[in-house]
Amino acid sequence: MEPEQSFYDYLKNISETQSPIDFVLIYDNLDRFVDGALVTLQLTFLALLVGGIIAVPLAIARAYRKPFLSPAIRVYTYVFCGTPLLVQVYLFYFGLGQFTAVQESFLWDPILSSPWWCVMIAFTLNTAAYTTEFLRGAIETTPHGEVEAAKACGMSPYARMRLVVLPSAFRRALPAYSNEVIFTLHGSVIASTVTLQDLLGVGRWLNGRYYLAYEGFLTAMVFYMAIVFMITFAFRLAEKRFLGHLRPRETPQPGAARVAA
Amino acid sequence: MDVIFEYKQILIEGTLVTISLAVLSLLLSIALGLMGAFAKLSPKRGVRRAGELYTLFVRSVPDLVLMMLIFYGGQTLMSQIGALTGLWGYIDINQFIAGVLTLGFIFGAYMSETFRGAILAVPSGQIEAAKAVGMTPSQVFRIVTWPQMVRFALPSFTNNWLVLVKSTALVSVIGLHDLVWNAFTAGRSTHMLFSFMIAVMVIYLIITGLSDVILRAVDRKYAAGVRKA
Repeated sequence: MEPEQSFYDYLKNISETQSPIDFVLIYDNLDRFVDGALVTLQLTFLALLVGGIIAVPLAIARAYRKPFLSPAIRVYTYVFCGTPLLVQVYLFYFGLGQFTAVQESFLWDPILSSPWWCVMIAFTLNTAAYTTEFLRGAIETTPHGEVEAAKACGMSPYARMRLVVLPSAFRRALPAYSNEVIFTLHGSVIASTVTLQDLLGVGRWLNGRYYLAYEGFLTAMVFYMAIVFMITFAFRLAEKRFLGHLRPRETPQPGAARVAA
Repeated sequence: MDVIFEYKQILIEGTLVTISLAVLSLLLSIALGLMGAFAKLSPKRGVRRAGELYTLFVRSVPDLVLMMLIFYGGQTLMSQIGALTGLWGYIDINQFIAGVLTLGFIFGAYMSETFRGAILAVPSGQIEAAKAVGMTPSQVFRIVTWPQMVRFALPSFTNNWLVLVKSTALVSVIGLHDLVWNAFTAGRSTHMLFSFMIAVMVIYLIITGLSDVILRAVDRKYAAGVRKA
């Protein structure tokens, strides 16, 4: 007997006799969950990428208090950080159709009437708003000596920004950014409310189709947990690499590492 | 604009549902957060591990997934437990209860981090002194730890509350008639979803603005006698 067949039989046996959860059904639909995971990852990381690119110039404008620009960006970040992502997605996906001008424009057919694009726009603007604010904080806390030293070396403002301020700000923003990545992943479940088949969408589909209570959501949950663990692990590596100089020294004495409170 | 005012009654009703959901979840999350914080600071290794696992779990599962699991799965689970033990016949887990349980559970984990940091920020000499004068553990917490930890916890607490308020929007997905659900229904029937969603955003911004004012007042009260840098 092939090994896969016996594993399948094992699942079947467990599902029918002992467990309230139907593992066979999950196993049969595993490829759909993988597809869903790909949609989730695509939405999350594309939004993070584009949002991150938008956020850098906005954060610089905020940190250096450019007149007119900085208050305008603050209004944008205040609105997008202060309102639920769900409402922002609804605003783009359901809301834009209210205007005939939008419906008749050339953007309507390929972009603004598609749930994928609307979710993408909302996610990108949302993560760009959050990223702008904490990146601004990181830029503002650049040690003044570093900037002074760069000036003393005769660097132009552009070179100073590119070689001194931004690299150091990105490093300081790294821990906050790992939170932002995880929250964007958490937020991506909202895609399933506008018919997209992301991980949660597949879970809802499975539960709806077979009239189940747990299986779809539990499987989606396990997938999300796996993704979060991978992201956390990647950031731990990145922090070791880029923030190594800020790590507290390891204590040499055994037993001194953990003090019970 | 006029249409939104015509529908102001259901928007106000929805806002009240949203606020009561948020406040009840907050109370649950404070209780769970304090328990979690003390678990994380416990001298017992197993208890500490359990507290850390709680945060780790919440961090790795999106809120809506948990909410749907509790709403759809919890109902079935409660019925199955009831049938198995014969203790109860039918327990209705409605959207409101599912929302409070989920949000309370999720933000309890974030609150536990907040409180843990705040408790650690209270100088341990004071707690030792309180024990030395013969205070019971509950007296130590009530008279010494709590009044000082509130001040340390407040900035992060405020942040958690604002995120919590925004997360309440998700209960509209499982069908609770909150602000988002009501506005969505009204917008659908009038074909003015854009205007209604903007109205919802404004209401959320008002709620967060008001909470900012209130929490700043709380901060002033608990920071009385602290010299500003």
